[in-house]
Amino acid sequence: MITIIRKELADYFTSIRCLILFILVLLASAVALYAAQQGIRGASTESGFIFTGLFTTGTNIPSLVTFIGIFVPVIGIALGFDAINREYSSGTMSRILSQPIYRDSVINGKFLAGMITLAIMMMTTLLLVSGFGLRMIGVAPGAEEIIRLFFYFVSIVVFGAFWMGLAILFSVLFRSLAISLLCPLAIWILLGNPVFNPYVSFIVPAITNSIGTYLMLLRISPYWLFAEATTALLDPLFRGLGILTLSDTTGMLLRPLSLEQSLLLVWPQLTALICLMIICFAVSYVVFMRQEIRST
Amino acid sequence: MGKNIVLETQDLTKKYDGTTVVDRLNLRIAENEVFGLLGPNGAGKTTTILMLLGLTEPASGSARVFGFDSTREPLQVKRLTGYLPERLGFYENLTARQNLRFIAWLNNMSDEEAEGQIDHVLKAVGLVEKADTAVRKFSRGMKQRLGIADVLVKKPRLAILDEPTAGLDPKGINQILDLIAGLPKMGTTVVMCSHRLYEVQRICHSIAILANGKLVVEGALDVLGREALAGGRYRIEVETDRVSPQLVGIIGKISGVRNVEATGNFLHITTDSDLRAAVSKAVVNSGVALIQMKVQEFSLDDIYKKYFQEG
Repeated sequence: MITIIRKELADYFTSIRCLILFILVLLASAVALYAAQQGIRGASTESGFIFTGLFTTGTNIPSLVTFIGIFVPVIGIALGFDAINREYSSGTMSRILSQPIYRDSVINGKFLAGMITLAIMMMTTLLLVSGFGLRMIGVAPGAEEIIRLFFYFVSIVVFGAFWMGLAILFSVLFRSLAISLLCPLAIWILLGNPVFNPYVSFIVPAITNSIGTYLMLLRISPYWLFAEATTALLDPLFRGLGILTLSDTTGMLLRPLSLEQSLLLVWPQLTALICLMIICFAVSYVVFMRQEIRST
Repeated sequence: MGKNIVLETQDLTKKYDGTTVVDRLNLRIAENEVFGLLGPNGAGKTTTILMLLGLTEPASGSARVFGFDSTREPLQVKRLTGYLPERLGFYENLTARQNLRFIAWLNNMSDEEAEGQIDHVLKAVGLVEKADTAVRKFSRGMKQRLGIADVLVKKPRLAILDEPTAGLDPKGINQILDLIAGLPKMGTTVVMCSHRLYEVQRICHSIAILANGKLVVEGALDVLGREALAGGRYRIEVETDRVSPQLVGIIGKISGVRNVEATGNFLHITTDSDLRAAVSKAVVNSGVALIQMKVQEFSLDDIYKKYFQEG
């Protein structure tokens, strides 16, 4: 399996596809950093968490967090949509499977290699932004902020891995590259993208009037889960993920939540994202293991 | 022949959606021979191979390769067996060497061992100059040769080749066939699927013919040839300067001779075994000049036709 991971990683890092994605992400980060520079002066400093403000502050240009929310699913899909069916269509699958390896190491290796690529890409982005941000605002991040950023990084990787798992699932189900690309993209447009999201803006409001059900339904969307988790992780002032009534907020002090409290707040969201990722992977795993390998 | 059996199937059966694709197949393949698996398209050849490698599960029956059960111990089988798929593909963006290196790694070869073996097999298939060219620039024939190199790089003791000469020009075919014919000497048994009968006849020692998933006939090529032409007997053709009735009488009395026919200066003799020595002696002793004599040759076409007409 190590061999397969090694080969897949080499493929990813030499592919033009990854280069384009990486450039896209870097450009978005640069734009977002510029937005943060413009906006951070006016941002609230009451919380004392200035450094994480770099990521969450935007002006009329969206913040880095929003950009990452848009790009991570696209990266995940781009990494996974042809993982299995390209091997079939190029005729390499039967050649690999006739080597003395277990069949599942093929799909495991591909999934892990994708996750490593995703992690390296996002870690680079976050470190670059942090570095430039440090120069720009001259405020060093505190230990708590670093931990918060780390959890943010973990949730990005899980979120990206979910989309990659979804794309791999379709690449196992369909032999055509076009279909396996379009299916996860369609799901992303319907449920996952923050810019124009028919699910969040039309479907859910049409179904229900009750606030509770409204939130429940919104949380079907993986993007929504991710957005909630991100906000609570990076903005310590953020209190509740539900709707707070006036009686809830009465007497509430505007003080940042401690790290544990923030984590507690997003624990369900993180768990749900991890679950989604595992479900996608498990289904593709089972389907792949039972698939007939004949090419004709 | 008392040789070791490397591959054996017992009532191997495969069904796809209720259709029987391979039907109670019993094959035995001896060590260090080239075995030809013949049959029309859809006869179940590829399915049989996939079952041998444990890539698909039989509905019933079993296959053993080097004593390992293909379904239960596929890793051991695949460690010793190289497989050239009918529709073979490579990673087009990688070079020939990188493609082979990946396969060597998957076989747990050390780096030095892999590099040495890669050089060796690339030389064997004549692709040394192209070793560091990306496979996407390869012609069909070069890919096919790389496919053979790919099978050999793991030093298999059994090589299963599905249509190894597909898409090659006559020169390429000859190179590949020579290469395959030389494998048994290096300790590799070969199972080869092909539609081209003359190729099979040229290099295979034994054959099996499949039709509709069933084994039609299996055996050594020369035995099957005689079977097809003369019901299992030898036919000896003798050319002399003249034919006399006495000579026909003398030859007819040699034990083992079944029938003698004279046409012009030719004698057609049907015998139970190869009696060329006895026949030539009889001809010369009777004072007739012997011009030439040969055991009638058969072509695989005859065998193929016979079984498909009967079947």
